[in-house]
Amino acid sequence: MEIPLALRGILVITRKNMRLYYTKPPVLMFGLLFPLFMFFAFFVGRKLDLATFFPAFLAMMLFFTASSVGPLITPWEKREKTYERLLSYPVTQDTIILGDVVAGGVFGIGISILVWIASTLFVPVSIANPGFFVLAFILGTLSCAALGALLASPASDSPPNVMIFSNLVRFPLIFISGIFVPLAQMQGPGLTLAYFSPLTYLVDLFNAAMGGTSAFSPAVDCGVLIGVSAAFILAARIIQTRNLVKGL
Amino acid sequence: MNAIETKHLLKRFGTVTAVNDISLTVKEGEIFGFLGPNGAGKTTTMRLLTGVLTPDSGSVRITGIDIHRHPLDAKMQMGVIPENSTVYGDLSAEQNLHLSGQMYGMPRAVREKSVDDILSQMGLSEKRHLPVRTFSKGMKQRVSIGCAIVHRPKVLFLDEPTSGLDVQSRRLVIETIRHMNEEGSTIFLTTHNIEEANMLCQTVCIINQGTIVAQDAPERLKKMFDTTQSVEVSFDRPVTRELFADEGILRAEPCGDKWRLYTDNPDHVLKYLVGRAALESIGITSLVTSGPSLEEAFVRITGCA
Repeated sequence: MEIPLALRGILVITRKNMRLYYTKPPVLMFGLLFPLFMFFAFFVGRKLDLATFFPAFLAMMLFFTASSVGPLITPWEKREKTYERLLSYPVTQDTIILGDVVAGGVFGIGISILVWIASTLFVPVSIANPGFFVLAFILGTLSCAALGALLASPASDSPPNVMIFSNLVRFPLIFISGIFVPLAQMQGPGLTLAYFSPLTYLVDLFNAAMGGTSAFSPAVDCGVLIGVSAAFILAARIIQTRNLVKGL
Repeated sequence: MNAIETKHLLKRFGTVTAVNDISLTVKEGEIFGFLGPNGAGKTTTMRLLTGVLTPDSGSVRITGIDIHRHPLDAKMQMGVIPENSTVYGDLSAEQNLHLSGQMYGMPRAVREKSVDDILSQMGLSEKRHLPVRTFSKGMKQRVSIGCAIVHRPKVLFLDEPTSGLDVQSRRLVIETIRHMNEEGSTIFLTTHNIEEANMLCQTVCIINQGTIVAQDAPERLKKMFDTTQSVEVSFDRPVTRELFADEGILRAEPCGDKWRLYTDNPDHVLKYLVGRAALESIGITSLVTSGPSLEEAFVRITGCA
């Protein structure tokens, strides 16, 4: 009896999040405009092979879009005093977290697919392995949206504070994950740092899917992305449970 | 079957025990009032009953379902109006009600009928498409109540539902509580308004410092203190407290243009007032005696002056 109710709860919360939060300025700014500006700043006007860097750009786009919705939702609900009512519906905190993850994931995958389709008009992108390409989208979306839900966990009812905190975490990751410097060219401490960034494995999986070459085995990339997704969701659950009373 | 049943509920926040070994039973179809001074543990208890918080120990059953073992099944039985929580300001009244109905898994056709009925009942039909953020506090509270009753719950929890509302909205809320109860819902009402509890509830429970200190029918609670009665008097001109300096008057409180005098001997006080008024050439415009009030019982039980 409880599983269908939980699935329905996730679906309704996802739809509510999509309707309420997709058009909020912080989501549009940090989820949509920012990665596009980063792309223009680093790639346009320079003599770079765009097709080579395109998998990394797509990973960055997916990373920013999928992780931009989650940090906003819970602080916004706490500030607007709708969180307690939400908890009193037939949902649990797990249902709410998963609804936030799915909403972030749908936003990320939707925008990234649009960007990919539009880019094919200007950049000669190819797909070497469609299976890895689909996996990269699914696992990338899941892990980045789970990171978004984790970033929403601090006991704050101030969306600007949480967005600043989330950007403090997200921005450094794009510089150490093989987006602007390919993994094959990284060495020393930079490469060591790259191993600790989940985004590295998403970039690598997109490289395997689109270019046919990767630094790690795609199985390792998939394993790491599944592992960090689970870890992020679990951590979000623990922290949000601990901080529950502060937001009511 | 009992609508709500709790056993030995305990909740601590750090070193503070907010709810201390609370056991209570609410019968099906009853309007149950939960009273207490600020910080007594009313809202924490309600959050434990509605599954928003998890107790450190003890159990809660809603229509026989353990809310902490089967939270979703138990929450399907209830509607909740939290004290400080509101509805989504970016959505219209109609969208908020539909969202609530979706949360309870109502089929679309049933939901649409129920939403129309509630909007009409709450006097919001004409403003159904406006964003709730443009509404007054009273209108927002009506939407909030609508969201809690859209699925016709078996148990309705209300935390201070009339707090800060204008008279019209307050009456509408009280009418809705009565209507839901007549339709078979059990009502759990947390309120500061003792008169409201006296008027609505079949049973009143008083909590103080996290512990239940009294639970009974309002009239029986009042009878616990039937040694204290009051005399309400008003004069044709303002008087000072000194006028009531008599050994038979235990306490004198101004109430608007009247004075309420607490006494255990109303006969003595009546004679004293009439005599004193004649002596000082003051006209008495009204003089009423009344039995012990629930407010007096509350003050005596909780030790709040």
